Amino acid sequence: MLYTNLKHIESAEEHAKILSENENVMVICGRMGPMCIPVYGIAEELEKKYPHVKFYDMEFDHPEAHVIRELPEVRGFMGIPFTIYYKNGKVVKATSSIQTKSQITTILDEHFATK
Amino acid sequence: MNTNYDTIIIGGGPAGLTAGIYLSRSRVKTLILNEGTVGGQMILTHEIANYSGVESVSGYQLANIMKKQAISFGCEIQSNISIKNINFEGDEKCVMLEDGEKFTSKSIIIATGGRSRTLGVKGEDNFKGRGISYCATCDGDFFTDKEIVVVGGGNSAIEEAVSLTKYASKVTIVHQFDHFQAFDHAVLEAKRNPKINFMMESTITAFNGSENLESVTIKDLKTNETQEFKTDGVFVFIGYIPNTDFLKDKIELNKWGEIVVSPDMETDVKGVYAAGDAIAKRFRQVTAAVGDGTIAAMAVSNYIHDLKTKQTA
Repeated sequence: MLYTNLKHIESAEEHAKILSENENVMVICGRMGPMCIPVYGIAEELEKKYPHVKFYDMEFDHPEAHVIRELPEVRGFMGIPFTIYYKNGKVVKATSSIQTKSQITTILDEHFATK
Repeated sequence: MNTNYDTIIIGGGPAGLTAGIYLSRSRVKTLILNEGTVGGQMILTHEIANYSGVESVSGYQLANIMKKQAISFGCEIQSNISIKNINFEGDEKCVMLEDGEKFTSKSIIIATGGRSRTLGVKGEDNFKGRGISYCATCDGDFFTDKEIVVVGGGNSAIEEAVSLTKYASKVTIVHQFDHFQAFDHAVLEAKRNPKINFMMESTITAFNGSENLESVTIKDLKTNETQEFKTDGVFVFIGYIPNTDFLKDKIELNKWGEIVVSPDMETDVKGVYAAGDAIAKRFRQVTAAVGDGTIAAMAVSNYIHDLKTKQTA
């Protein structure tokens, strides 16, 4: 179980619904480990600054997390969390392992810029 | 927004948060500035079972409770910030952030903790998450039936190498010395494990591959000869370093970069205190950091009281 302050995705169906209803979505798929927790923490911080982006997490070992684990964009990834950025339901960026705040905001600003 | 404080605490791990709790509760106007996620290395600990009075708690939960406690007493916290410059000189200290924000205070507590040491060699940044890992419990299962390398010779390296044999078909430990720093029983367990091989007095000088890591360049430190060693992954466990790079030439550090403090956690600069894993000490534990933070907070409280008394006299 992920005990973060982010909203959790708990099924593939919920994942699909979120993507269909939101333009900009970031999903962090991980465990409660040293490489993942800092990324959840950064996302929690950025929720206020990026109100046009929906931030979620998903437990890596949950069977339904196959919707993330089997994405072609994560082929070759060997470090959690897998962080996926969706624009209108399509993957625009995916990263593996720990990321810094500036790496994350660079992606958010590039792909989810407000007009 | 407030920019002037009685105390600025740099670092929001157990030492910094405890100092924040004590100071705010004593009505000392306190700001915690933290470069990463609040909680420090404590949040990376799956279970803390030796924190007195708490039977079992995750580091993440304990950090959140400490943060909540500090905020409840009026402590302000800014996390994921970047510090551009610090000025310790004079009675008014100043911290400038990369985004241009500037804060002043009568005193400072440095509680910046430590971080995992990286090898710092060619290719390391490129293959992080694509073959290079710093966490066996996080990423071990990606290396099921694969051949991997573990770098290091301390307890973490040896214990994690043994634990990684649950997944990997072969583990090669690369260590720069001819002996291990790990406890004898841990080394014995590794030596008895048929999946583990050793390359002593050797070091990795480059990580190679295209999309994913494919090999490492290993240098024999006795002969200076190098070889390309095929591997699916590398786990790096080469210890911790204190987060004190930004303090060079500003306060006294020892040869390992740790902050030298008095028993009251004072540094050699008036009004500047330090606590937690960044200070020179032998044992690094959450409970010890909490103790350091308490002492630093009480010493700072006295310092500010004396300063105010002097100013009004």
